[in-house]
Amino acid sequence: MNKFEINNLDLHYGDFHALKNINMQIKPNTVTAFIGPSGCGKSTFLRTLNRMNDLVEGCRITGEILMDGKNIYQNTDVNLLRKEVGMVFQKPNPFPMSVYNNIAYGPRTHGITKKAQLDEIVEKSLRDAAIWDEVKDRLHKSALGLSGGQQQRLCIARALAVKPQVLLMDEPTSALDPISTAKVEDLVMELKKDYTIVMVTHNMQQAMRASDETAFFLLGEMVEKASTEQLFSSPQDKRCEDYITGRFG
Amino acid sequence: MNAKIKQAMATYKRSPFSFIMRLMLILSITFTVGMLAFILIYILAKGIPYLSPGLFSFNYTSENVSMMPSIITTLMMVGLSLIISLPFGIFTAVYLVEYAVKGSKVVEIIRLTTETLSGIPSIVYGLFGNIFFVTALGWKYSFLAGVMTISIMILPLIMRTTEEALIAVPDDWRQASFGLGAGNLRTVFKVVLPSAVPGILSGVILAIGRTVGETAALIYTLGTMAKIPNSLFSSGRTLALHMWVLSGEGLHINQAYATAVVLIVMVVGINALSGLVANKLQKR
Amino acid sequence: MNNQTKEKLARNIFFAFALSSILAVVLISVFIFAGGMPALKEIGVAEFVFGTKWKPTAATPYYGVASMIVGSLLITVGAVIIGVPVGIFSAVFLSSFCPGRLHRVINPAVNLLAGIPSVIYGFFGIIIIVPFVRNVFGGNGNSILAASILLGIMILPTIVSVSQSAIRAVPAAYYEGAVALGATKEQAVFKVVLPAAKSGVLAGVILGIGRSIGETMAVQMVAGNQPRITFDMTKGIRTMTTNIVLEMAEAADLHRSALIATGALLFLFILIINSMFFVLKRRMNSER
Repeated sequence: MNKFEINNLDLHYGDFHALKNINMQIKPNTVTAFIGPSGCGKSTFLRTLNRMNDLVEGCRITGEILMDGKNIYQNTDVNLLRKEVGMVFQKPNPFPMSVYNNIAYGPRTHGITKKAQLDEIVEKSLRDAAIWDEVKDRLHKSALGLSGGQQQRLCIARALAVKPQVLLMDEPTSALDPISTAKVEDLVMELKKDYTIVMVTHNMQQAMRASDETAFFLLGEMVEKASTEQLFSSPQDKRCEDYITGRFG
Repeated sequence: MNAKIKQAMATYKRSPFSFIMRLMLILSITFTVGMLAFILIYILAKGIPYLSPGLFSFNYTSENVSMMPSIITTLMMVGLSLIISLPFGIFTAVYLVEYAVKGSKVVEIIRLTTETLSGIPSIVYGLFGNIFFVTALGWKYSFLAGVMTISIMILPLIMRTTEEALIAVPDDWRQASFGLGAGNLRTVFKVVLPSAVPGILSGVILAIGRTVGETAALIYTLGTMAKIPNSLFSSGRTLALHMWVLSGEGLHINQAYATAVVLIVMVVGINALSGLVANKLQKR
Repeated sequence: MNNQTKEKLARNIFFAFALSSILAVVLISVFIFAGGMPALKEIGVAEFVFGTKWKPTAATPYYGVASMIVGSLLITVGAVIIGVPVGIFSAVFLSSFCPGRLHRVINPAVNLLAGIPSVIYGFFGIIIIVPFVRNVFGGNGNSILAASILLGIMILPTIVSVSQSAIRAVPAAYYEGAVALGATKEQAVFKVVLPAAKSGVLAGVILGIGRSIGETMAVQMVAGNQPRITFDMTKGIRTMTTNIVLEMAEAADLHRSALIATGALLFLFILIINSMFFVLKRRMNSER
């Protein structure tokens, strides 16, 4: 069964038609990458999956998004949805708190207050995000003192701490150096065992390296989606071919 | 150095306008800073010798003209008016920045009224306090009437600084919080407000400074009774008011100098504190 | 209580608090204008505003505040003449001519000047400025001139800080352009940069005027406070603000209402000055 099933999704910002009739299935325990030129709607689409677009004024959505068969735009507690569908942002955005409190923020939000339990979650999340060894001695120091790459893995750990089923990543490495990028990519491949990962990326090599499925977006449309191998080796659509061969974008 | 002066002389010969302007600049800044230095040094020099223990006696008599009761009243005034004003100021700012639709009518009106409030002179606040709290509500000259008047007066200060502090909080942090499934309320109280604390603090310090120095708004609300108010409904006088009464009487001129010293020390201290906070803010 | 109702409740509570400033403005306006109404009705608006005699305790009382309007304006004009040039020059110095290290000393000093309470200024006026005016210009010292000098000093920090930020907001390219054409630093700053910052500087001046019209205690301590029309700068005069502070203690009935009406008039003046300030501030922002 598919993790997400998106049917006839349209999204408007005021008069602007940002997403046009999107239909897509996203399989569980895979990494799905969204590629396309800037402004093509890939990030916007990503944000419909945990309803982050609700925060934008004048945003209207029609169509349906089913997660495990249930429409997330009907009778859904947005906050619980976001617990299930975690998000990692383009720029590392740790809170101005200690490493520990950053990780514990999510679990506390969802009612976990026992110290022992929190300790356990914090350690597990940091280990899963492959950053435990680097921060275990400075759990109670400010997270803002970490390097950019560490901050981003901390943000991944923070997202994991609420035990989501899905992890949305919005160009998670665009602000990082090559070494940190490689670490995050390795991590993504590690994490897909336990999570469904949907990732927006600007970088086609990254999509090739780290994803199983790739979808190509252009001007608010989802032009083509296939297994990553197939999409890059034999794209069906002319526009997709032009893009991945570097003729525009 | 000599060459530099020579060159400057040559420039000024070519353009006498530049010379005159340069002269005016130096004279003006000297006047501005000199005035401050003069006021401070003169009053400190005249007042410090008269800082006697009697001036800090807990009981005021017309002999010792102790300023201790008014110092305590001032502190009480600062504390209580902050307690009243802070929630209003902070919650208003939270509503404007975190909840309201940007550019909506309500927001416009609230901004306009806040700006109006911050332009109203102290004496008008005092007059209003007298009409409303003292007379209409029948509180007479009382600590409470004074506190309420001051609270309204410092409201726009706290509101504005808090608003600016909230706007300065990066949106990334809000997004991160929402992304973890936190609601608006938790995001505001656990992420946004804590990181805005230094900014809010600078507003609080400004408000303290304003309260400590205030007189016109208090004469006809708090009254000028020279003892510590023993209930919300008894009159008192703050240090600034005490200073005003003393210098108006002309009987205790030396004690007036000494009182001025204490008032100045308080104000300079508050100013230094706000400088520190501002520095901290900039470093972040 | 579930989360959604909690969020909704919180939103409504914040909104209710946010209405406090509106409530405050409405209350202040209503009570001040309503409180002045009886006097205006009984005395007549024209008689009140243009009447030159203020004798509230005479057998046939007079309630004319023309002399106080003149007093407020005269003292303010004097303060502007003294404070504005010094303030603007100081602001130019701080923004364009001051080495960084000196700036770190002088700028806090200017801020401190703004933090000194009115009573301290008033006290300083009594002990220094009043005797100075008495010795140099004659009269008893408590005078329009003394109040103007004092207010001129008091509005300095307002003018300096607002003008300074306006001047700093002028793009560096303006200055560089002028210097590149061979202008001296002074020429570049006074003929190119300062004119470009004029809305902001003017806004600072207007804010200073507002402060000076609204100032009460310091003026009361040095201005002599006689309710009369005079243009002799060494003579005393009364302002709208001091009228309230001097007589509110004993006033009752019509007298009290007339004092409140004085406050209403002052309030009106301030509203006009403030709206001028906002217009200028807006213009300054749109110029950027």
